[in-house]
Amino acid sequence: MTAAVEPAATAAPVGDALVSVEGLKIHFPIKRGLLVDRTVGHVYAVDGVDLRINRGETYGLVGESGCGKSTLGRGMLRLVEPTDGRVLFDGTDLVGLKGEELRRMRRRMQMVFQDPMSSLDPRQSVESLLVEGLRAHGLDKGREATGKRLRELLSAVGLPSTSLRKYPHEFSGGQRQRIGIARALAVEPDLIIADEPVSALDVSVQAQVVNLLEDLQDEFGLTYLVIAHDLAVVRHISDRVGVMYLGGLVEEATSDDLYAEPLHPYTRALLSAIPVPDPEVEDRRERILLTGDLPSPANPPKGCRFHTRCPWKQATRCDTERPELREVLPGHKVACHWAEDIRAGRIRPHEVEAVLVEEDGVSPDMPLVGPASVSEVLNP
Amino acid sequence: MALLEVRDLRVVFQRRGTEPFTAVDGVSFDVDPGQTVGLVGESGCGKSVTSLAIMGLLPSRGNKVSGQVRFEGTDLLTLSDKDMRDRRGRDLGMVFQDPLSSLNPVIPIGLQVTEVLERHRGMSRKAAMVEAADLLGRVGIPDPQRRLSEYPHQLSGGMRQRALIAIALACRPRLLIADEPTTALDVTIQAQILALLKELVRDTGTALIMITHDLGVVAGLCDEVNVLYGGRVVEKAARYPLFADPRHPYTHGLLASIPRLDGARGEKLVPIKGSVADNIPWDHGCAFAPRCPNALPVCREVTPELEAGDVRSLRCHNPVLPGTPAAQEVPA
Repeated sequence: MTAAVEPAATAAPVGDALVSVEGLKIHFPIKRGLLVDRTVGHVYAVDGVDLRINRGETYGLVGESGCGKSTLGRGMLRLVEPTDGRVLFDGTDLVGLKGEELRRMRRRMQMVFQDPMSSLDPRQSVESLLVEGLRAHGLDKGREATGKRLRELLSAVGLPSTSLRKYPHEFSGGQRQRIGIARALAVEPDLIIADEPVSALDVSVQAQVVNLLEDLQDEFGLTYLVIAHDLAVVRHISDRVGVMYLGGLVEEATSDDLYAEPLHPYTRALLSAIPVPDPEVEDRRERILLTGDLPSPANPPKGCRFHTRCPWKQATRCDTERPELREVLPGHKVACHWAEDIRAGRIRPHEVEAVLVEEDGVSPDMPLVGPASVSEVLNP
Repeated sequence: MALLEVRDLRVVFQRRGTEPFTAVDGVSFDVDPGQTVGLVGESGCGKSVTSLAIMGLLPSRGNKVSGQVRFEGTDLLTLSDKDMRDRRGRDLGMVFQDPLSSLNPVIPIGLQVTEVLERHRGMSRKAAMVEAADLLGRVGIPDPQRRLSEYPHQLSGGMRQRALIAIALACRPRLLIADEPTTALDVTIQAQILALLKELVRDTGTALIMITHDLGVVAGLCDEVNVLYGGRVVEKAARYPLFADPRHPYTHGLLASIPRLDGARGEKLVPIKGSVADNIPWDHGCAFAPRCPNALPVCREVTPELEAGDVRSLRCHNPVLPGTPAAQEVPA
């Protein structure tokens, strides 16, 4: 047992938290009605997440589409407004910040987006893209110094300095992603949030960008939050990994532990579903096939959000009580009532009947309650 | 005789005022009944164009298709539009990548399934509806009776893909072409769809052409794999020898550049340098040469031929030696 714990203890980086998120909730209202916007429900995109990212580490956030991982990342930068909770960045609560204070804070946290085509302005040259951030934060110290800085940036991300005069369309996907990374680096941030940084790229190019991110971290001592759906990529670059399901973290551990011993049923299913490019492994391994789809985040299931698809679901607690994220092994947190029993093999998986996913409250075919037109309001 | 024999298939796109572009450049492969054949490669390697050419779905203008696509001895490329329409949906089924854009958004699912049944199997609307519900149930759609009257937007991505598979299978085709059927889906849903395809091939004896960029999917599903690069097959082998011992530098490089879920962590990935944009034409050399760590001077002068061996066919002047670990990283 101790042997299994040891790597966790050593792998967890020493150092203080750069970011800590406490009870973060981001709910999007669903509006209906023509003249009067009435809120008919909420999409619970992020619903109570606690996590901390230590200085210099890479935290990976994985989950399927719609689980709220991107919203969480954006919420941490206040690109979307959190509904509730706190985001402490180096001791300062970002949620309370306004105007100039927030703007100055933003220099220290940057984002790399998924689609390098739509996140770069097609009418700005690379030079202008990179200088924009420098100017905004008063880092543009004269023509010569800036020129030198830009060339440094480009060489750091592996682009020739002739790129400065070019426009985004002149680059391939991988190169564009490099420009996106250079733009984030320009203002010397502490934290970079990378939202699916490689998923839009070809397989042979993905590795180039993954390696680049790793090299830059070593060189500039960056802290990363990498958001991705590809667990293999996340496992490769992250020190710790958090698994999200329907707006909540269900498991958090060092990447080695998470892969060696996934404790949450969802993580187990997720790991078993990822294809491995090796026929021998593929033929041997057992898949935990989940039935049905991700329930709607507008109407999440009561109790444990995974209970509708969980092969280990028990008759009690699962459908009534939402499990807390708790430390089951050192450095390994799980949100499951039965994690210990599942781990010890006392609970066996069973068949699950696929449940129809209904988008209650937001179904497009639900009749609109309220006035259908202006004349209806004027002449009731 | 194989069920499908593709011989020297070539697709050239020609637009006025531009250089002709050869998307598929002499691709040949066979598919036997009940066999799953994979076409693997990155975007732009010609894998999707190959499938569209086989199905006769390329636009009638702006391109030239040559070679042969023999389906049970009949060359599909010589058939008239009308004969081809009779074949499509009946003998040949196709599942596309994006289920939302390949289903008609304004027609209920049920009608889209029964259309095929009425057209090819001459069923009445009523009988077709019963059969459609049965089909949807068989591909794992819960409560199929109700789903018949729903529109594509009311279904989730996984369910839409299942509906698309149901349509493709409605007439029990002998050949099913799946073009990136799981790329738009989440991994847990992907696992469901792949399990479904595997089961269908086993139960119905349908031959399957699987087009994908994901080597993991290929490893679990395909009997034989064709690796495409720049419109040509560069390596062809059964999946075991291909993954155990990739010989073409491109295949080898691809496998070294993807992080494996069960591999050692902390090791650096070995990327393939450059990108597809660096390709040189096949006319005088190997298209992969500018990106290849094994490239010799001859690679930029003489076009390599696809040479058939005992376990694999290989198009390379200087293949990777068996058992070579991932190549040294070359600065891009």
